[in-house]
Formats: sequence, C-alpha cells, structure tokens
Amino acid sequence: MLASTPKTSKSRNVAVTLAVVLVNAILHSSIYLFLRDTNLPSVLYALLAIIWGVLGVYSIYWSFNWAVEQYPDIWKRRIQPFIFVGPAALLLGWLLLIPTLRTLYMSLMDAGTEKFVGLSNYAAIFTNRLLLTALRNNLIWVAFGATACICLGLLIAVLADRSSFEKLAKGIIFMPMAISFVAAGVIWKFIYFYKPGDEQIGLLNAIVVAFGGEAQAFTSMLQPWNNLFLVAILIWMQTGFAMVLFSAALKGVPEDMLEAARIDGAGEIRIFRSIIIPAISGTILSVSTTIVVFTLKIFDVVMVMTGGQYDTEVVATQFYRQFFMYRNAGYGSTLAIVLLFAVIPVIIINLRQFRKQGGF
Amino acid sequence: MKRTRKKTMSKTIVNVVLAFICLIWLIPTVGLLVSSFRPAVDILQTGWWTVFPHRDYVTQSTITLPKDTDLRQPIEVNGEVFDDDQLRSGVTAQDGSRLIWENRRARTIQVQQPDWKVNTNFTLENYNGVLTGKSFEIMQADGTIKAQKGEGLSKAFLNTMVVTIPSTIIPILIATFAAYAFAWLRFPLRRSMFVAVIMMLVVPLQVALIPILKDYTALGLNGSYLGIWIAHTGFGLPLTIYFMYTFISQLPKDLFESAFMDGASNFTIFTRLILPLSVPAIASIGIFQFLWVWNDYLVSLVFIGSQPDVQVMSMRIAAMVGSKGSDWHLLTAAAFVSMLMPLTVFFALQKYFVRGLLGGSVKG
Repeated sequence: MLASTPKTSKSRNVAVTLAVVLVNAILHSSIYLFLRDTNLPSVLYALLAIIWGVLGVYSIYWSFNWAVEQYPDIWKRRIQPFIFVGPAALLLGWLLLIPTLRTLYMSLMDAGTEKFVGLSNYAAIFTNRLLLTALRNNLIWVAFGATACICLGLLIAVLADRSSFEKLAKGIIFMPMAISFVAAGVIWKFIYFYKPGDEQIGLLNAIVVAFGGEAQAFTSMLQPWNNLFLVAILIWMQTGFAMVLFSAALKGVPEDMLEAARIDGAGEIRIFRSIIIPAISGTILSVSTTIVVFTLKIFDVVMVMTGGQYDTEVVATQFYRQFFMYRNAGYGSTLAIVLLFAVIPVIIINLRQFRKQGGF
Repeated sequence: MKRTRKKTMSKTIVNVVLAFICLIWLIPTVGLLVSSFRPAVDILQTGWWTVFPHRDYVTQSTITLPKDTDLRQPIEVNGEVFDDDQLRSGVTAQDGSRLIWENRRARTIQVQQPDWKVNTNFTLENYNGVLTGKSFEIMQADGTIKAQKGEGLSKAFLNTMVVTIPSTIIPILIATFAAYAFAWLRFPLRRSMFVAVIMMLVVPLQVALIPILKDYTALGLNGSYLGIWIAHTGFGLPLTIYFMYTFISQLPKDLFESAFMDGASNFTIFTRLILPLSVPAIASIGIFQFLWVWNDYLVSLVFIGSQPDVQVMSMRIAAMVGSKGSDWHLLTAAAFVSMLMPLTVFFALQKYFVRGLLGGSVKG
C-alpha cells in the first residue's frame, strides 16, 4: 500500500515531521518564557523547573522518534540512529567543538576581537610578568600537587591493603573528594588563619607557636612558597581519588605471584618495585593523566583562598581575570588555548588506549 | 613462630602509620564542624581544639588593687613586684599561679592556676544566621553589641537543587540514548563521532566558556536555569557518553536479537530493556555528575554571575569569604551546610561512587 502511493505518504511524513518540530519548539519555548517571567513561590517554581527540565528532554526524544516511526522501514532505519545521537552531537558541537575553534580564532585577535594580531597574544603571555607567574604557578601545582597525590595515594592504598581497618581508612581519605573546592577553601583558610598576637585560632599557626615558632600569614607571605600551602588543599582532596583507583588495581595483582616471590625470599620493597609497580603501571598512567589534567585546570581553590593575589595566580584564574575583569578576549582566549595545548598529550594517550582496547 | 611475630609487628606499624595519616586527613573537617557550633566570640578567641580537655590557666580568684595604683611604677601584688607589661601578658608568681590583668582600668588582677579545662559553649545561632538571614546580635569581646545580618542560604540551597537535579538527569538521558546508538546501531560517521567524544573527555572547559557566553548573551540565556542546565549538560556529556557506552556495549547481544525478533522498535528496546538494565551504571555516573554540578563554582560564576536570584551555594560562600573574611562563625556554618548534601550522598552511595570513579577515570 505504501508503495502504491509513495507521493502522498512522503508528503504526509514531511508534514508530520514538521508538525512535531513545530509543536516541540512552541511548547518548550512557551514553557521557558512562562518560567522566566512568572512570580511563583520559589519551592513551587523549583519543582516545575525540575519537572520540565527532565520530562521535556524525554518528550523531545519520544516525539521525534514517533515521527520517524511513521516513515517507511528503510528510511526509519537510516534516520533513527540520528534521533538517538543527534541531541548529544548537537550539544557537543555547540558547546565544545565549535567554541574551541572560536576560541582558537579569538586568540589570534586583539582584546576586542576586531583586529587580527597573529601570534602576538602568545608572545605577550610568554613575556608579560603576570602571565608568566601564572604559568610558573601551574608548573608548581603540577610538579608538587599531582606528584604528591599520586605518591601518597599509592602509599595509602598499599598501607590500607595490609591494615585491619581498610574500609574505614579509605572512607576517611576519600571523603574530601565529595565536598566542593569552595568549602574546602573555607576549611583550609581557617587552618591557615593568622592573627597578630599569641593566641592563634588557626591550627597551623597554633602548632607553629606551640613549637616556639613565629606565627605567619601562610598564604600571603613567603612568596613563592605560599603556593605550596594552596597545593596542600589539592593534595588533601585528590589523594583519595588516586588511592581508590590504586587500591582496586592492587586487588587485581595475583596473590600467588606475590606468595611465590616471598617464598623465594624477596623483601617487601623488592616485591613492590619489581612485581606490584609493573602490574599496576596502566593504572598509574591513567591516574597520573587524570590528576595532571585536573591540576592544570585548577581554579576554585586559588579564587577562594587568595583571589590570585600574592603571586598565586594560575592560568585558569588569570583567564577569568583577563576576560571578565579586564575585558581582554584576546589574552583570555590565548590562556584557554595554552591549557588546551597542555592536555593534548593526554588526548593522544586516551585515543591510543581506546584503540588498544579494540574500541570499535 | 618468629615469622608470625614479625608479621604482627609489621601489621602494627602499618596500622599506626595509617591511623596517623587518617587523623591528619580528618582534622580539617572536624575543625570546621566543631567551629560551626561555637559562638562567634569563642571562635575568635580560642582555637576549636579547646573543646577537648586541655591544660589551661583557670581563674581561681581576683585581686583588686587600690584605685590609685600608678601603672608606670612597679606594682606590688601579694608581696611580689611586677611591672605593667608583665601583668598584661601574664606573669608567674612564686607559688606557681599566674597573674594577669582582668581589667586594667579597674585595677583588678586574676589569679590563675593551671588546670584541666573544656570549652563546652555550643550554639545553633550560626546555622540560624546563615539559613534564615535574620540579623542577630553578637556580644563582642569588648562588651559592645554588634547587630549582624545573616546570609539567607536557604534560597541558594533551593537554587542549587534546581540547577543540580536537571543538570544530572538530562545529560545522563541524552548520553544513554547516544551510547545505545554508538554501541548497537550502525550509521555513517559513527566512528569519527565517537573518537571526537573521546578527544573531548579532557578538553578544559575554559576553552569553551567565552564563545558560549557570547551565544548566551545573544539568546538571552544568561542567568537562566535553562542556560546553566545546557552548559552543565554539554560539559558532562563526553564522560557520561563514554561511561554509558562501555557499559551498554558489554550487554549480551542475544538480548537485543530476541527483542528485535519479537518486533520491538529501537525506542521500545531502549526504554524497556536498556534503561532498566543500565540502572547500576546510571547510579554510578549519576552520583558523579551530581557531585560535580553541586560542587561546581566556575560554570555558575560565568553563566549565572550577575543574577542574585539564581545564585547557587558555592557562589554565595565564595562571596562570603570575600566579604566576611573573619566571621568564622558564619563561614564555617555556611560551608558545612553546603557540604551536607555531598556528604550524605557520599556516605549513602559510596559503593556506586567508587564504581563510577573506576569507570570514569579518564576524565580530567
């Protein structure tokens, strides 16, 4: 029957599709406008917004799929996958892929994105003192923060594996991961708090004073070492992440291999070096890349603790400052691109890993 | 025999070292929690650790000197002679007690003895202050009373919920649809699209912020819930797609084939089969995304920035750090309020959280 009236069914399909698109567009934009302009009590508003956000997305999929189901089988099979991946592809394109290209383009333009300036923004970043400080500090963060997270994470994973309270210990080390950098900033600001006089209410200064030292304003004095006091926060928060992954990897090291080595008289350190490390090298690589990438993008801690003052600026905070305070889109974009270049090796590692797993 | 003893020894060392590390890890949070229940004046005068028993000078009695005592001259107290500076910082007398000014102008001196002491002054005022935003009065150290406005975090708490719940569910829904297509449907560009997803896993979101902000300004999405949902969805998608893909692609093939035989459509298979089967994976990645959005600061700062009605908690607390730098009674309580939700989720669903971490460790 379909074959006998291809023309009418085709135009009917197009009409159905257009109708579905139109109904969706009108329905959701009117809900959006209603929610934007309404003065509902906030709890009711919150509920409505949540329901719309979640059901709205589902209804879009459902209605588009319904429209496609009306098509002849051969078209259905061709189009349907795109209904499934389409929204994801559109969002990724709009929010990540195209912006990256646009940022790259803006990094070659002047502050107001009007004139092409070539690579002079990049030249400025590598000569301007403030921006150089940001780059240097990012190096400090990666060199000390990431390294400490990985080493401590491995150490704690090994210790926990042999202790009598593994679960509890892992929970405690891991807990800071759940809280925000902003809250962690408050916690640590209080620890580093300095007030003139003998009675210190900040824990670190109290300890320093108790051992006969002089109280200090840790995050503002002692440049550039004050950066390390900020790095400590990252270590406190991210070691748990490394530990959990290492711990899972350690459980995967075959027990009989370790037993055999022990019977052969190998010491624990030797076993660790020649059996455990090679066995979990894959995990070490993935944990390292994850933490390094995370550390490169560090923003919240610095913003809350010092706001970038006292030479603690990092690339991400400088990016924010350049674009949002100094309105310099050229410098801002260039700093973002510098971050992107820094993670390119990780992207390559990920792709290689994916191909090795047989991916597709 | 010898070997067992050695083993017990090393186990004890391991336990002690680990316990010590755990203690260091725990102290910062405990300090915050304890402080958030202490009255404003106490927080500023004594460290939070003084709520535990500690040796301190406890006032035994007071001595009132004659009103006309000249402070520039050596001062005689109980037969010993001190000067003003000594009495200001406290000085030890011969009988071991410590003498310190109670009120220099009224010429009263406290006689103190070292003793065990516990500061057990706790209050809920701080939480009251940050949640309701009611102003309350603080008796300050010098005796004056200062009225202080609280913060009104409850509205921010609600905002955070409205931002977080859809920003968790929407990307997972979209990602699961996409992951199903990547895993079980055949279509052109499938491979290159998935490679693009993997490449985007670690792209720093700073790279995308400025262009998106420009689009949002053009579309009027700035400072709206919809705008921030879309932003979080976009930034969360690469990881959620990757995570859901690894799970869904490992489901047994027979399952789909028999469903297809029965004439089920892709959409039916997806809603009736894939979604229910993926619940464990969805729970894992869901907790991850939930915590990520709840704790986010940068994305909200950029896309909500100017709209006080929509501000989320992390922004409010960061702003408080700037404006109320040493009002620790408010800051600690506010920080703890913001930690409440993540910590509850964390302790209730730790198993899923860990699973999510193990599967998603490629993200930056």
